[in-house]
Amino acid sequence: MSNLNIDLNRVGAKGALAEEADGKWGMVIDQDVCTGCQACVAACAMENNIPFVMEEDAAYGRTLHWIRIERFWEGEYPEVRTTPYQPMLCQQCGSAPCEPVCPVFASVHSQAQELNLQVYNRCIGTRYCANNCPYQVRTFNWRDYAIEPFHANDFDGQLVFPLHNQFNPDVTVRRRGIMEKCTFCIQRIHKAEDKAKSEGRAVEDGEFTTACAQACPTNAITFGLLDDSESLVSQLANHKHGYRHLEEMNTLPRITYLQEG
Amino acid sequence: MAVTSGYLGSEKANAEHHEEEHDPRESLMYDPRPRGEMNAMVMESMHTTSWKFWVVLGVLAFLVATCFFYAWGYMIAEGLGVAGVNRPAYWGVFLVNTVFWIGISHAGTFISAILRVMKAEFRRPFTRAAELMTTFGLIQAGASIFMHLGRVWLAYWMFPIPNERQLWPNFHSPLMWDLLAITTYVLGSTMYLFLPLIPDLAMARDRSTGWRKTFYRILALGFRGTEGEWRHLTTAMNIFAFAIIPVMFSVHTIVSWDFAMASRPGWSSTVFGPYFVLGALHSGMGAVAIVLVIMRATMKHMDYFIRKEHFDALGKLMMIVSFTYAYFFFNDYIVQWYGGDKWTDTLLHWLEEGPMAWMFYQMIAFNIVIPFLTLWNKRVRTTPWLLALIGGLINVGMYWERYIIVPVMLSINRMPFTWRLYEPGIEIYLTIGTFAMFLLFYMIASRLIPLIPVWEVQEGQMVHSLRKVGKAHVPTVSEFE
Repeated sequence: MSNLNIDLNRVGAKGALAEEADGKWGMVIDQDVCTGCQACVAACAMENNIPFVMEEDAAYGRTLHWIRIERFWEGEYPEVRTTPYQPMLCQQCGSAPCEPVCPVFASVHSQAQELNLQVYNRCIGTRYCANNCPYQVRTFNWRDYAIEPFHANDFDGQLVFPLHNQFNPDVTVRRRGIMEKCTFCIQRIHKAEDKAKSEGRAVEDGEFTTACAQACPTNAITFGLLDDSESLVSQLANHKHGYRHLEEMNTLPRITYLQEG
Repeated sequence: MAVTSGYLGSEKANAEHHEEEHDPRESLMYDPRPRGEMNAMVMESMHTTSWKFWVVLGVLAFLVATCFFYAWGYMIAEGLGVAGVNRPAYWGVFLVNTVFWIGISHAGTFISAILRVMKAEFRRPFTRAAELMTTFGLIQAGASIFMHLGRVWLAYWMFPIPNERQLWPNFHSPLMWDLLAITTYVLGSTMYLFLPLIPDLAMARDRSTGWRKTFYRILALGFRGTEGEWRHLTTAMNIFAFAIIPVMFSVHTIVSWDFAMASRPGWSSTVFGPYFVLGALHSGMGAVAIVLVIMRATMKHMDYFIRKEHFDALGKLMMIVSFTYAYFFFNDYIVQWYGGDKWTDTLLHWLEEGPMAWMFYQMIAFNIVIPFLTLWNKRVRTTPWLLALIGGLINVGMYWERYIIVPVMLSINRMPFTWRLYEPGIEIYLTIGTFAMFLLFYMIASRLIPLIPVWEVQEGQMVHSLRKVGKAHVPTVSEFE
């Protein structure tokens, strides 16, 4: 309890619950480098066992991606130009609006990792958290997508699910009626921490990274320890081009976007 | 002197004056009948059923079986994908139905508790009909909440019961308050429905045979109508009448907090509490008008108990509620517009000229314009079918109001990339199912319990008298308690 000098102006409506505004894990996304190639979306889906939902549901706004590439257009036709691509994922808010509204504590804050977590087996599917999320990054399992027939091959009337062979054993497969969202690849965090602990050292910067950052061909995504002032991510987070989304909501997001503009 | 006595004291002159103003056929209080006869009329209205009743009952039962139970079971098995909810409209028609049915249920409490406490005489014949709407409406509201859950089979995790997970529910969540408030309201209003029913059940017990006698004997709890029993019953009813009023106000306020506590454009409005309560009364009054007209048209002897004076009084009440509703409506929208928040501004402009603008304008027309333009007219108020039509339009308008607040306002948020319209899927069937179930319960209840509280009507007629205030004769009720 040595460094409890919290800047009260930066702590959200819930009050200063000994929660530090800076957080432990953080991410920096450089929009000037992002090419919008969607490799992070695919990598995230593979890492976190996110099923695809087919055209109809996807077009109706039911994709399960934990990260999405947003793009917008500026100006009137024909002088149209696209704005920089904007990867949007859970901002791991320090003061998350999704947490207090869950009646069953399925959306909780991890004190150890200072992350915003979703406990799948507690969730009863009220979807209040998703309504209250200003970033709209929580996704809901509208059906049992992972065992829908469109994931299967039909061998003489018997359904075989080849895609189930690439499931990540470290991550749950969610059933219908459950909210889910980006976890900052907490399974990788735990793995790295366990390894560091067994070797009697602290987790080093750059020792591991999230699936999206790993897959990014232009290194637009940087992930690491925010509370380590030497780490790349904490240096980038203080870059003069950095900004955070919807800062006026006072959600204390842990993701900094870089954009020269 | 003869001239002045003719003006001031003459019985004849007053009697004529009275005849002019009050046609006995218009006022239940001026048309008393012996108690036994009224009892027999109510009993007969319960027993008389035509083949049409059974046909309608059969259709409703079929709708409940298919549109409610089958559709819900299918949705539980398939997941919410069969419904129309999507991102960003995570909440859809199920929550609209919940708010709507809780709104309907408010009329019952308002009419029976508040008007009872205020000693408004016109309430007497239709308190029961309104209270039944409370209970049956709340059943539909509860069912709609459970329909909306993604994993409804785990809904008991919201209850504060000891469990192996060592986890207490989150009392920060408005949904938790909702659960507690609605449960309290269901229990309270059911007891409040039951208490004034006891003397009528005892009456029915003494006048029926066979299984009905057993049914009424169990429910009447051995009520014989002694002095002491009446004293206890009146005390209990008084306690409940006063206690249920704050519950009623709190329930819809808490339901509104589901929205007002969320930080979304359009939702985060501090006036939502009273606005929702008034909205609930608005739709509830309209629904009472519809139910009374249907009761009067279809059940035997009801034209004796439900008269023009009641429709007149109900029409006035609807108009006053409509005025107050308009105040809160414009308060909500104008203050939000004045706030000038970027996203709220976007939302309001989208509402007034976007694809759902027709719904927005219909809401204003049905909830405010039509009641304002029609209900001031006594002839409109005393025409049952016209009053039922206006009540129906108000209910459509109020349904649109909730529809705009839930899925339409959810379509616009702070992340323009996710903006998307909501289209109801299986919700349409489940909505039909809840309406059918409400009507089915109501029709079954109309055969089983006296829809007219005979003892209350009798009491009103007994203590009713004319009092002279200046030159006018005012019907009053003497205090007796």
